[in-house]
Amino acid sequence: MLTSGIILLAGSLLSPNPGLIFWTAVTFVIVLLILKKIAWGPILSALEEREKGIQSSIDRAHQAKDESEAILRKNRELLAKADAESDRIIREGKDFADKLRADLTDKAQAEAKKMIASAKDEIEQEKRRALDVLRNEVADLAVMGAEKIIKTALDADMQKKIVDSMIQDLSTKRN
Amino acid sequence: MKRVNVIRVKAFLKVIAILVPLALNVNSLVAAPAVSSVGASRDVVAVPAAEGLHDVAQAAPEEEKAGDVIMHHILDNNVFAFDPFGEVHLPKLPPIAGIDISITKHVVMLWLVSAALLIVFSIVGGKYKNMTPRNAPKGLANAMEALVEFIRVDVAKSNIGHGYEKHLPYLLTVFFFILFCNLLGLIPYGATATGNVNVTLTLSVFTFFVTQIAAFKAHGVKGYLQHLTAGTHWSLWIIMVPIEIIGQFTKPFALTVRLFANMTAGHIIILSLIFISFILKSYVVAVAVSVPFAIFIYLLELFVAFLQAFVFTMLSALFIGLATAHEGHDEHVAEVAHH
Repeated sequence: MLTSGIILLAGSLLSPNPGLIFWTAVTFVIVLLILKKIAWGPILSALEEREKGIQSSIDRAHQAKDESEAILRKNRELLAKADAESDRIIREGKDFADKLRADLTDKAQAEAKKMIASAKDEIEQEKRRALDVLRNEVADLAVMGAEKIIKTALDADMQKKIVDSMIQDLSTKRN
Repeated sequence: MKRVNVIRVKAFLKVIAILVPLALNVNSLVAAPAVSSVGASRDVVAVPAAEGLHDVAQAAPEEEKAGDVIMHHILDNNVFAFDPFGEVHLPKLPPIAGIDISITKHVVMLWLVSAALLIVFSIVGGKYKNMTPRNAPKGLANAMEALVEFIRVDVAKSNIGHGYEKHLPYLLTVFFFILFCNLLGLIPYGATATGNVNVTLTLSVFTFFVTQIAAFKAHGVKGYLQHLTAGTHWSLWIIMVPIEIIGQFTKPFALTVRLFANMTAGHIIILSLIFISFILKSYVVAVAVSVPFAIFIYLLELFVAFLQAFVFTMLSALFIGLATAHEGHDEHVAEVAHH
């Protein structure tokens, strides 16, 4: 199109304009100085501050994580130690209880044996005493029987019967 | 049935869209030779000597008019035109030291941009002044913070590296200045100050000075001169030193032309698209071609406004970073020499 050719040929696109250069420079420098004062300073310092804040937050979070991990590890160790301790205590208690039981059983058995022995002794004594008594009684009875036999004198059958009936009597009496 | 009707209507519209401009053009084609022949015959009768000049003027009246209007929109002048409502003539100032410093359209735009920048950032800066690190920014402050943070981290920090804080105010100002210039140029009745080569030249000269001063500060005079040799053998200096010196100047030159050409080109494209419909004298072309394409280019220009502001800032930061880098090759060469 001819338009573009005319524009290119016009030449005024590239013509220097010192006034515009002057105004651009002045405007730009003033804007730069004012913006540096009113905007870039506060904005950049705020951004840097925030960046630092975020960094320190991250650092703190990491630190807290490390700390909590350390605490967790310590807790686990303590827990393991406590477990071991309680195991030990339980084992000791069990051992002690076993020992105690064994002791007590032994003692009880010994006691029982002793009691049985003394009971036997007593029974023996009682038996002996009873036999003594019985012997005396039997002797007395024999004497009494002899007396009766002698009293009834001659009748042997009678004597026999008498002795039999007396023994019967005795047995029924004893029962 | 309805569907068929719709298709038929569409087809009909298409046919009209193709035929009507053709019909209109046929008219103008028929009319144009008649006009030019009339003009030519008159010229022959009146002033045969000046025939060539007049012929050119008559042959392309439409194009010249369109070109003039486009140039009027692109170029700087003393008139602020609010087209249907009249125009404001800007005051002429007396020249100082032989320089005409009268206020032009682009100077006014620069001042509007400055005013906008100052208003926006005084609000934002005020919000940041009474803000603790505990509360987050909202609204305008938040929007601006995203851009500021982008320039700070992705442009300045990643390109300049150590000591980037010193250059931040310049980079931020240049970014927002160019951005606001570009955006204000897209508003109707506005003008793109960054589409003027004088403005972009001034801005890139600032970058040039900032870069050079940063280089001097970082390396000292000796280091700066060593930098010009690019660490080559002394026998190559006769080639390397001029190349490096030219390189110092091509960087701001590239910045100047890139910004200026990008902003100008976009506006010329939009205006040319609009003028197609005037040249062809067709409403159909206006509706079917000019307006949709102009809207598309306009949206593209919105993107380009951000992109070019970013590119200028990015390259400024890159040049500063290159100038101040405590890199290797000098020290490396020195080390090699020691060995």
